[in-house]
Amino acid sequence: MDLKTNILIIDDEGQIRKLLEITLNSNDYHAQSASTAREGITMAVVHPPELIILDLGLPDEDGQVVLRKLREWYLGAIIILSVRSSEEDIVKALDNGANDYLTKPFRTGELLARIRTALRQTQNVTQIQKLEFENLVIDLTSRTVTLDNEPLKLTATEYSLLTLLAKNDGRVLTHQYILRSIWGPGYTQQSQYLRVFVGQLRKKIEPNPNNPKFILTESGIGYRFCTKIDD
Amino acid sequence: MRYFNQNSRNQFLISVLATVFISIVCYSLSNLIGYRTVALILLATVSMLAIFFSVYPVLLAATLSALIWDYFFIPPHFTLHVQNSDDVLMLMMYFIIALINGVLTSKVRGLEKLELQKEERQNTIKLYKTLFDSLSHELRTPIATIVGASDNLLHKDSNISENDKSLLVDEISIAAFRLNRLIDNLLNMQRLESGMLKIKPDWCEVNDLINNAVNRLKLELSNRNLQIDIQEDLSIIKLDVGLIDQALFNLLHNESLYTPIGSTISISAKLINGILNLCISDNGKGFSDEELKSLFIKFYRSSAKTTGGTGLGLSIVKGFVEAHGGKVKVENNIPHGAKFTLEIPVEVLNLDDYKEFSSADLNN
Repeated sequence: MDLKTNILIIDDEGQIRKLLEITLNSNDYHAQSASTAREGITMAVVHPPELIILDLGLPDEDGQVVLRKLREWYLGAIIILSVRSSEEDIVKALDNGANDYLTKPFRTGELLARIRTALRQTQNVTQIQKLEFENLVIDLTSRTVTLDNEPLKLTATEYSLLTLLAKNDGRVLTHQYILRSIWGPGYTQQSQYLRVFVGQLRKKIEPNPNNPKFILTESGIGYRFCTKIDD
Repeated sequence: MRYFNQNSRNQFLISVLATVFISIVCYSLSNLIGYRTVALILLATVSMLAIFFSVYPVLLAATLSALIWDYFFIPPHFTLHVQNSDDVLMLMMYFIIALINGVLTSKVRGLEKLELQKEERQNTIKLYKTLFDSLSHELRTPIATIVGASDNLLHKDSNISENDKSLLVDEISIAAFRLNRLIDNLLNMQRLESGMLKIKPDWCEVNDLINNAVNRLKLELSNRNLQIDIQEDLSIIKLDVGLIDQALFNLLHNESLYTPIGSTISISAKLINGILNLCISDNGKGFSDEELKSLFIKFYRSSAKTTGGTGLGLSIVKGFVEAHGGKVKVENNIPHGAKFTLEIPVEVLNLDDYKEFSSADLNN
């Protein structure tokens, strides 16, 4: 019985498929690959993997469309691996339901870390009551945050922002997503709110707000709460 | 485009004014000169205009002066009616000559333009030749590294030590990222050249901007001494994060290439009257006067540099900053070294507007 985590690679480039298969198989995953969107979707339906690595430039269908099709039923993690590096493409893919986005060329160490994070997110569906990150502890039941065991005074908005980011530990949340979740659908263009509150929050929780370690900026895309990547 | 419109509006205006002015002068002298001489003077005016202006303002001047001549000078005065058949012929001739004047000059102008285009094309060809020369060098060097290193690794009988093997793998990796940087620069240059570049400003923190560029070059800058000095409480500003990030990256990458190991590289950011002032300086060798002048020219490669390069990096910096309506300056640092300054006009967020807003929602 094969207990390894299954990962499906959908990429039309043979070299990339080979590289990924070798990398994943040697890291205790079970990798399978498809070279077209059609083949990939079929394989995902027949034998749903725990995670899909999807290229956006497929020969038979646009990757963003494939992503939307998969997301209609597929609940596992999807990581986009593409040469397209524009902020629009990345934001679009994340909004279409990708868990993460990596541009080619990529470091395999980085890819493996992102895979671990994405798998953790999709597998962790149990109710969490407490989030702990080194010296920062968020108690979701009592709505309190402590830093070095000292309670932190946060405004309601700061608290919502922090918990939203922390619950999605390791995942990039786009500016629009955060604005919609915290301020509502009318505020998706008001990115200055987000900048102000992230700035305030950093001053309260970061040891060095100028070089943050908890709330990281993904330039032009959004924010990512740090994760203790074991690399 | 706006320049052209304004320019052509000016041409129309000057044509009309010149015609009216000359007409008034002639009218005041009409006792001394005959009305046929006036026609010649007006024609001379139209011809003068035709030398400098394009066809439509000249045609306007021709028509206007013909009407003025008819109305004010040809008897009976103050009517467009012409009695004398000679004068009818004169008027027609006048109009035809003025027309020919306009058309001929516009043709000559067209030929000149063609010549200019030809010259430009030749310059472009020269530019592309320079680009392809440096490109093929820039592409082949890392490719040669990759081919050579992987050959070595694949060669089964060779007895390379484990340490050397990992060094070869490192070289392959460095070469690959060098190729990738080159492609980034080429794509960016293409964006600038095609005129398709539109800046998309969004709010950002200067910290994030600098951290991002520095983090991407962590490895390359690891044996330089970095000093980052960001103005205390620098507000949130609006600019195209992607472009300025790339500009900072290119400048810092140059620093990593051209400063001696152990150099100090300083990055500072401050806001002065709505202008973001980003300064990157080092205590390396600095530049010669000739280099200071030519540094931002596309494909310019400093003669003193032995390391490869396409001469694209700095012209991209300039292009991206200018796309923001900003300026790039380079000078020598005191006592020695180079100093690059980016001055970018930015919208600044007024934090006071948000202070009340944020304290209002204290939850306990």
